[in-house]
Amino acid sequence: MLVPLSWLKEYVPVDIPTAELAHRLTMAGVEVGGIKETGAEWDPGKVVVGEVVKVEPHPNADRLTLPTVDLGGEAVTVVCGAPNVAAGQKIAFAREGARLFSARSGRIEPLRAANIRGVKSAGMVCSALELGIGDDHHGILVLDEDAAPGMPLVHHLGDAVLDVDVTPNRPDCLSVLGVAHEVAALTGLRAAEPELDYPEEGDPIEDQVSVEIADPHLCPRYAASVIAGVRVEPSPRWLQEALEKVGQRPISNIVDVTNYVMLEYGQPLHAFDVEKLKGARVVVRPARQGEALAMLDGETRELSPPMLTIADAHDAVALAGVMGGSETAVSDGTANILIESANFDPVNTRRTARALRLGTEASYRFERGIRAELAPRALRRATRLMLEVAGGRASKGIVDSYPGRRAAPTARVTQRRMKQVLGVDFGSEKVESTLASLGFEPAGDSKGDGAQGWDLRMHPPYWRSDIAIEEDLIEEVARIVGYDAVPTTTLSTPIPHPQPRPREDMREELRDALAAAGMYETISYPLTSLKTLTDSEALAGAPDPLRVANPMSANMQLLRTSLRGSMLETLASNLRVSTGKGLRLFEIGRVYLPPKEESEERGLPEEREVVVGAVTGPRYDLTWLADSGDMDFFDAKGMVEAALRRLRLSAAYEPEAAQPFMQPGKAAAVSCNGKAVGLVGEVGLEVLERFDLGGRRVAMFELDLESLHRAAPDQSYGYRAIGRFPESERDVALIVDSGVASAHVQAIIDRHKLVKSSIPFDIYAGEGVPAGKKSLAFRVTYQSDRGTLTAEQIDRAQAGILRQLSSKLGAAIRM
Amino acid sequence: MVVTSLDNIEAVRVAALAELESIETLEGLERWRVSHVGRNGDLTKLLRGLGSLDPESRREMGAAGNRVKALFEERLSVKEEVLKRALLYASVDDSIDVTLPGWPIPGGRLHPTTRMVRDLCGAFVSMGFQIMEGPEVEWDRYNFEALNIPRDHPARDMWNTLWVNYADEREGRPMLLRTHTSPMQARIMEKTSPPIRVVVPGKCYRYEATDATHEWHFVQIEGLAVDRGITFSDLKGTLYEFARRTFGEERRVRFRCDYFPFVEPGVDMSVDCFACDGGGCRVCSNTGWIEILGAGMVHPRVLEGVGYDPSIYTGFAFGLGVERIAMLKHGIEDIRSFYSNDVRFLQQT
Ligand SMILES: [Zn+2]
Repeated sequence: MLVPLSWLKEYVPVDIPTAELAHRLTMAGVEVGGIKETGAEWDPGKVVVGEVVKVEPHPNADRLTLPTVDLGGEAVTVVCGAPNVAAGQKIAFAREGARLFSARSGRIEPLRAANIRGVKSAGMVCSALELGIGDDHHGILVLDEDAAPGMPLVHHLGDAVLDVDVTPNRPDCLSVLGVAHEVAALTGLRAAEPELDYPEEGDPIEDQVSVEIADPHLCPRYAASVIAGVRVEPSPRWLQEALEKVGQRPISNIVDVTNYVMLEYGQPLHAFDVEKLKGARVVVRPARQGEALAMLDGETRELSPPMLTIADAHDAVALAGVMGGSETAVSDGTANILIESANFDPVNTRRTARALRLGTEASYRFERGIRAELAPRALRRATRLMLEVAGGRASKGIVDSYPGRRAAPTARVTQRRMKQVLGVDFGSEKVESTLASLGFEPAGDSKGDGAQGWDLRMHPPYWRSDIAIEEDLIEEVARIVGYDAVPTTTLSTPIPHPQPRPREDMREELRDALAAAGMYETISYPLTSLKTLTDSEALAGAPDPLRVANPMSANMQLLRTSLRGSMLETLASNLRVSTGKGLRLFEIGRVYLPPKEESEERGLPEEREVVVGAVTGPRYDLTWLADSGDMDFFDAKGMVEAALRRLRLSAAYEPEAAQPFMQPGKAAAVSCNGKAVGLVGEVGLEVLERFDLGGRRVAMFELDLESLHRAAPDQSYGYRAIGRFPESERDVALIVDSGVASAHVQAIIDRHKLVKSSIPFDIYAGEGVPAGKKSLAFRVTYQSDRGTLTAEQIDRAQAGILRQLSSKLGAAIRM
Repeated sequence: MVVTSLDNIEAVRVAALAELESIETLEGLERWRVSHVGRNGDLTKLLRGLGSLDPESRREMGAAGNRVKALFEERLSVKEEVLKRALLYASVDDSIDVTLPGWPIPGGRLHPTTRMVRDLCGAFVSMGFQIMEGPEVEWDRYNFEALNIPRDHPARDMWNTLWVNYADEREGRPMLLRTHTSPMQARIMEKTSPPIRVVVPGKCYRYEATDATHEWHFVQIEGLAVDRGITFSDLKGTLYEFARRTFGEERRVRFRCDYFPFVEPGVDMSVDCFACDGGGCRVCSNTGWIEILGAGMVHPRVLEGVGYDPSIYTGFAFGLGVERIAMLKHGIEDIRSFYSNDVRFLQQT
């Protein structure tokens, strides 16, 4: 909502600096998002008021004239191309060097001295466009009579326009008067109400038109007046200026007044050509199914109930609260008009505007719920102004049909509640005077300071529709007194018992572990496309993803069921900008799966947290120390091992050849305590091609957090004393079939009760090892908790292990 | 036999120390020791000669001689260390160019949003708040209706919504991607009874074109405190303390009236602009203030909706945008930096 200071001052004589006014409004909840100063760029010495003394023809050009302008004792002659210049006019005059908007260049430029067709021009008589206050540049801007020649133009026309961001609860502030009421409360001034009376010289309204309301819920109130014998013509300057300042284009005096009063009161109005209302009837009724209406914007729309229409005896002539129809619109030839000022149901208006995608200034106000009390006031105001600018005779009386009348609302505020909500009691006097400054009126049955404390009942002013409960009044008082006046205290209520969050703790620990392992955390969008999910083999065997009903783009239509695709996309986009570096990335995020039957919230998807990690490129950044080679399966697995170690989980890895996402021989299923928790492997070659990663080696892992959490129900960490007796290390080298997994060998070694741990440290096939075999070397650590192991004991243990390996796996000792 | 005198002692000191300088072997050092402080060393002899002096001279020269002896012993041990160390490395010539870079150990990083969420939640946790999380795919009921934003309410325009394609016979299309973390207010209150003091971090979504200052996907932190006796004053105090911890002592804080349908009275909190210290600049749209969060006293209708008696229980709620605060703290100008996942952005500290 744009509010010119000059317009505001018609109701409230505010004289504090504009910036201070804007600050007070903002602090009170009526946020001033910006202030546009008109005339700030007009140099007071160079752009001044002038009076046209005489106009002589240009000797060399028919279309040009030579007005002589009095600048307050100084007379200058200029060359002018405007058709409307005439002696006696007060005009805006610019001297050489004044910075003005140039229609030719489209920029603000200094005015240069000109010699036009042989006559030197001492300056320029300005149009609204050149001054930056309107679109018109064909004619000069004619000022009001009272402008004094020689006066800087900024003193006469300069203004500041407040750009107010109105919150949805305050339709009253979608009007200059509403903002004026706020200003009054914030400055201790009183706001004057506009003049509403006018001579009622025409025929009685009842003889001219009848109004019927079919549904009082959809139209609680309908007020109308008729003016006969108007002249439809351009509005006077003051009206055009007022509208231009708030960004509205003047149309005609009748339409301009309806717009002006809408901006003044926040009450939308509409003017009909009475002659075109068949049967001289106004019927407010829901549209018929399929009923067509040609509207003011030139479109014809098909309506359906319960969209509300204004109809005459036969047809819909306007869409109530949204837009008028073109058939009954005021045109140049219109002589008799009906002015409508009505109240329409907010919800129905909003639904109608949304269904037709036709939001208007009117629907915007109605859907916010304006007060029905505005309707007759705005009607009288508009009638008065139309008589002033368009002549005619107003009907005797007005229509004011108010079937939706409700009792005047009352709101109550008590000392007890104010203290309970704010933590402070401003006292009944302060509360009452603050509410009075906002236009609230005592409702009579208030109680002073009794045993229960004070208790005030107030009627909200006729323009406020947002006051219903006690907290509303408390906010009114607090925002006007100022939130600064409320004390600042710390919470003194008991701190609730903490609830353990083992799953989230584990997730955060995992996050730290992966970052500590050298990975960067990424966060990606959870919306994806079918293509990304398909390309990353995330759909096979998985449930159908949920779909967004109103997607913003084609690649964000589905709720992801896997993080793989976005991770591969992230890799690819990073590789496009830095090709030579190794990348280690991980993300912990949610996937969205169809609801589980047993979930307590039937219908909502299961949001499962998963971890995905990816590594590719050189193991080390370029270094003089070594060529470290590219990362592979074992880098990814190393990350997983590091992370699971941090979570005190031990994992088993089994070859996984069936997963289409990974390469068949380079993928492992990860399980903890016998429960599957995820996957680690090198990404399949065809998958890499699809993500523009062809030719690279990418190793990834996926872990399911919920499964990890279930595998490790006890998250408390602990320490144990180390063994008292010394450890002994022995190396053993074995020859086994090349298909034997090292983990199987190790499991057999570790089963021995004296073995504390073992690590494979060498794998070899080739010369010296029979074909189809491989050599596996382990370093085995022995320790007993009963005593120091002797060499004989260790020999015996190792011999026993070898017997087991030999019988179970056909292993032989490598000599 | 040399007569012991101060001059003689000084002459021995000067000569011996000069000699010590040039010694390069442990053998040479041993010879030096023998010739000065050994049984027949020159200093030893001078000290031995003290006996023939009168008591006063003996005391005076004895003190001088012993000082020099102590000095010789100290120098001797230092020189011995130096020579031994030289000997240890003398046989190996493997010095390195210490100016070359070391192994490029990869260093990981948490995402800036993660770090910011932890910092911000941490400030509230230290004030007794607990962290909770909730679903991102929500019912209209929790995202709007329970928050006093009925269907067809114009306030709905404040949250452009992404709807999930899920049909329901009764309610039409009630499933959506939550537009704020506020639905957790009702969820938490439904499940527990006061006292409540929680913060809820989480992703939120809006149907919004992405540009330098708008992301359709962002992280919010919701806060909620409900109990008997919680007031607007407590809200101010809690948020003031939060701002102090997050932005530092020197930032000024401002509370102004604002509107959110689920609170009454409503507030937004601003801090004075980091860029211009309140003087007005581009960052703060010339106001000198930057809005940090929206808050207010929980609306009685929200409390009633979850079965709390608003005449007994009061509380406050707030919601803050994590990226916005991170942008302000770190001077990041484009919100798109967060989720384009460019390693060049992520690798910064
Ligand atoms: Zn600033």
